[in-house]
Parts: sequence; structure tokens; C-alpha cells
Amino acid sequence: MTENSMTLKESTPKTKTIEVNYIARVEGRGALNISISKEGKIQDLQFRIHEPPRFFEAFLIGRRYTEMMELTSRLCGICPVAHQITALRAVENAIGLEPSEQTKDLRKLLALSAHIQSHVLSMYFLSLPDLLGYESTLAMTKDHLDVIKRGLKLKKLGNDLSDLIGGRAVHPVTAVVGGFTALPNKNKLQAIRKRLVEAKNDAFETVDLFSKLKIPQFVRKCEHIAISNPKSYAINIGRLRSTEGLNIHESEYRDYISEKQVPYSTALHSQLKTKGSFMVGPLPRVNLNFGQLSSDAKEAAKKSGVKFPNYNPFVSHLARAIELVDSIDESIDIIDRVPLKEEHWDIGCRAGFGAAITEAPRGSLYHSYVLDNNGIIRKADLVPPTAHNANNVEKDMHEFLGTMLDEPVEEIKLKCEMLVRAYDPCISCSTH
Amino acid sequence: MSTKPKVGIFKFTGCAGCQLELLHLEDVFLKLLDVIDITYWMMVKRDNIDGPWDISLVEGGISTPEEIEEIKQIRKKSKIVVAFGDCAIAGCIPSIRNWIPQMEAENRVYPDTSTIHSMKVMGIGEYIKVDTELRGCPPHRNTILEFVKASLLNIRPRLRQHPVCVECKFRDNECLITSKKIPCMGPVTSAGCGAICPSLGRECEGCYGPMSNPNAAALAAIFKEIGVHEDDIQRKFRKYAGMTADFRKEAGH
Repeated sequence: MTENSMTLKESTPKTKTIEVNYIARVEGRGALNISISKEGKIQDLQFRIHEPPRFFEAFLIGRRYTEMMELTSRLCGICPVAHQITALRAVENAIGLEPSEQTKDLRKLLALSAHIQSHVLSMYFLSLPDLLGYESTLAMTKDHLDVIKRGLKLKKLGNDLSDLIGGRAVHPVTAVVGGFTALPNKNKLQAIRKRLVEAKNDAFETVDLFSKLKIPQFVRKCEHIAISNPKSYAINIGRLRSTEGLNIHESEYRDYISEKQVPYSTALHSQLKTKGSFMVGPLPRVNLNFGQLSSDAKEAAKKSGVKFPNYNPFVSHLARAIELVDSIDESIDIIDRVPLKEEHWDIGCRAGFGAAITEAPRGSLYHSYVLDNNGIIRKADLVPPTAHNANNVEKDMHEFLGTMLDEPVEEIKLKCEMLVRAYDPCISCSTH
Repeated sequence: MSTKPKVGIFKFTGCAGCQLELLHLEDVFLKLLDVIDITYWMMVKRDNIDGPWDISLVEGGISTPEEIEEIKQIRKKSKIVVAFGDCAIAGCIPSIRNWIPQMEAENRVYPDTSTIHSMKVMGIGEYIKVDTELRGCPPHRNTILEFVKASLLNIRPRLRQHPVCVECKFRDNECLITSKKIPCMGPVTSAGCGAICPSLGRECEGCYGPMSNPNAAALAAIFKEIGVHEDDIQRKFRKYAGMTADFRKEAGH
């Protein structure tokens, strides 16, 4: 076809470049660089993570094992609890300390409070604006004030519960090796129990909201991973399992999952040694552990009309809402059964290796440490959920792009951002 | 008709915890939006205006050449720049790595360090003039609120720079050092948290950084007296504010 045979209405297809220098409404600094050739071939796809590295795995060396929860807490201000509990379990595994049932219950309650807070932040503040057509929640105050108020109320509930168990929500202080330095006040616990019961309605409305919002119908079956526990919906304790047969103890993690560096990311990419990328997060959890959800959470899931197991990453939003119902239910159960009796424990250190995996709000989180005889850290290995997911985000995006190559650049850009936001990445964590 | 002050919220090398503490003002958040106009906040908004700002809340320290460039641009376009939290003030916990040679730290984490452009993490005050410091890891949300209110009223914010000990006394806590010989950083640490840790059965770790004019040497001597190993004394002073002039010596400089 020659230039002068073109009419004004025709045009040759051009290379499409999608560039997002700083992805909005995610935690931390990430970017997208995509180019699509005029023949419709994806030439370049990078989920660039340019979050400045802080080198935790370097500076934890030479610190005391008793400080790991306090120091690793600072990987992230949204999920400090997940790091604290994972660090505590890992060092306790290293020194051979088994915490009491009460401690395990209080740690779970603290973790659930953080899940509530984080999921509500993700759903109402980071993702909802896209799904309703706004640039931010701040822009929604005129048209959707009630929805925002509901989100703020639920977020406050999560944070207040964290304050009560942990001393404060951002970088809690009471969870230490062996237990808690102080127990929550009984009356305050009963008061918050009342608020949790009242919040169930708001949680159901959240499931309802996210089941009705229009999301891209995109499915890509990939291996989903989460920890699993027959006794409860696993958050702090379980075996690492997948939708394709993985079933390992947390200490075996490095035998199965490795990390590699990519030149455009300060976060390392994880992969299953024999298989490649995988997904962690609320959707894998709901897929793998549906049976352990509370009966109300299961009921809400059924009412939503969405079938599980589900491999549409955009269904992650609904999965968060379903987990919100479960988190509230289990928080009430723990409050009802925890005895709140003063406990004392001895801690002694010994040389050894300890690993632990918990479910942070965004997915499986791995910590391992090597201690020497004096309790000094000699090696630290940390893999947050977004580092587990980074490769899978690109794989999903590659296929997702294939469904919209002809759309205008601004549309493609927004949809790709929405895919990233469905993963709810915590980029500071992933780089650490 | 008065216009609302334009506010920018920025994240550098840090954990976003300070922003999350700001969001923990859930019950006054909507009222806050009535009195300030947040025009730049990447974590919450997709449409952001690139300045100018009346108030810029800067979270995180500076640890890359790009960040130096960025913070200078923010300074240029802002009337007031606030070092929002300990990372922005002096690097906070990430500054522990400053005691390790940069190359050693990089090689621990990355097989290929050629793509890593990182330097020792410092507070933003190392590169630009800072108008206010909100101390804490994170600074308490009431402190953030106090600052916003003071800015709106055009008065100086009442920021606590006396030690945690004062707050312990208000809460009738038994002093951990004098009565239990537990090494507490309270006497040199800036108040503002309400003495949360001593009130909850553990010693203060100093997460709000130095109070004004602390006597770090005297506290270090007390720690030695009660049997704390000199390596652990150094660890304590390095943890949150090892880069500050106040703690540098005890941190091992």
C-alpha cells in the first residue's frame, strides 16, 4: 500500500506505547512500560519496580533475634503485623520455642485486625474508584458519601482492634518472642466485640457491592499458592499448598521456590523451581481454603453468584470482601475463647535456622533466619507476597493485553493499571 | 473567600507507615478534606497536580540520586516542607545499613549490582531546608492533626520535644530503669506516643528519635552500669536515629 493511495479516513496501524511512570493507588513505586507493534505483537512488557532498596537482609545481620519483629515490621506500614508475626514464628522455630495457645490466638486476632484494615483500604480506597469511574475516593465524596463512610468505619474497626491487641496499629509493640508484653483490657475487648458484630452488615454490603461491580472477564489459569490448615482459615500457621499439588512444610520453602533478579526491578522475582510463576493472595486463599471460611463468609460467597475456584485476577476484590466477613467472624470467636491470663515464659537462644510462612493480606510471606549461639542474626531471607507475584502480574498482563490490542491507548493504560491494582501490590515490601 | 491550602503527600525511601497513620484519622478524615485540598497523593489519587503546594508532607529518606533531584523540585514548589516521620528526619531503621559498606549491602541482596543505584540513606534535611519535623515511627496521628490545625490557624504547632519520661510520669508508670534495671531509651527519646511501650510492659526502644538536647552519653553510661553489653548499647542508639548528631557517638561513629 503506498502513501498516496490512502484516503483521509484510513490510517496505518501504529506502534502503541503504554507508559505509566508511577502507578497510582498502589503502595510504593512501580511503573509500566508496554509497547505493541503495529502488527499487534507485544514487543515489550515490564512491570518496573523502582522502589529504592533498603537492604533489610543486609542490615538485619548482626542484630539480635529478639529485634526481628520490630525491625522487619518496618518493611511495610500497611502490613507490619504480618512481618512481625512471621519474624516471631521464624525465630521461635530457630530457638525451639513453642508459644502458648493464648499467644497463638492473640497473634491470630492481631493478624485478622490487620487483614480487616488492609483489605478495606485496598477495596474502598485503592480499587473502588476505578470500578466506579473516579480518579480517587476523595473525588467520590459528593456522589458516594455513604459508601466512603462505610469504608472509613470498617477501616477504623480494623485499626482500633490492632491498637487494642498490639498497642498501636502501625508498627505494633506488644508482640514479642514468646508472647505479649501486655494483654488487652477485657472491657475494651467486649466493646470492640460489639462493634465487630455490628460490622457484619457492612461486610455483607461490601461483598454485595463488589459482586455487582463490572470487572473485565479475563481468566488465566495459573498455579495458586497459599498456606492451608485443616483446623481454621489459615493466616499464621499452615502448610504451603497450591492448586497443582504443592504441599510442603514452611522449612522446605527454599527447596521449591527460588528468586531471580530482573534488570528493571529492584524487587526480585520468585518462581517455583520446576514450574515458573505463580499467584499468592486473597483469591488463591479463597480458592484453596474455601472449606475453612466461616459459614457466613461461605454464604456470602455463594450469594455473590461467582463460582470458586476462580482464576480471574479481578475477582481478587470480591475475595477480599469474602475474607472480610470471615475475619470478623473469627475475631469474634477468638475474643470469646481467649482466657486472657498472665503468662510467663523463658527464652534462651541457641544456634540454628528457623523459617516461617504466614498469609499477609496480600499473600504468602516468607521469613527465615540463621542465628548463632549468642542469638545474633547471621543470615536473613525475606520474601514478601508482591515479590512472589511480580512475575505473574506480567504473565497475566501479557494475555490480558491480547484481549484489547485494538483499543485506544488510554483505555489499555487504565485496564493494565486496574490489573496491577487487582493484585493490591505492596511494592515497598517487595523490594525491601 | 479563602481557598483551602494545597497539600502534597510524597513517599521516598520508607514503608508508607506514616501515610497509613494519617489514614488512621478515619473519623475526622472527611472533615480534613473540607479544610485542605490534597492535590498530590500517588497512593490515593490517579489524577495528581505537580505543584505548587502550600504544605508538602514528605515521608521517607533519600537514598538514590533520583530522589535528590525529586526532593529539590518539591522544595522549589512548596511553601512549607514537613519531614513526615523518622525516615524523612534521619533515615530511621533503614539507616542501620549506613554502617555497612554500600557494596557489601548491595552484594548481599543482588547478584547483579550494576542496575542498582543506591546510596547511604539520609533524612531529607541533608539536601533541602526543612520547615517542620514530625517525629515518630510513625508520628502519632494526633501530632499530624495538631500540625494541620496549627497550619490552618497560622500558628506554631505544639510539638512535644521533652522525653518519654514525662509521659510515663503522667501515666503513673513505674520507671523501668530505676526500679527494674531494664534499659529503656525513654530519657533520650522524644515524647508524643504517650509512653506507649512502658505502659504496655516493655522498655522504650526510641522510635520517636532524640528529644531536644538529650544526654545520650549519660544514658549509655547508665546502661553499662546495669549490665548492658556495649554492642547492645550501640545497637540501641543505631536503631532509629544513628545518623543524628545527638546519637552518632553512642551509635559508634
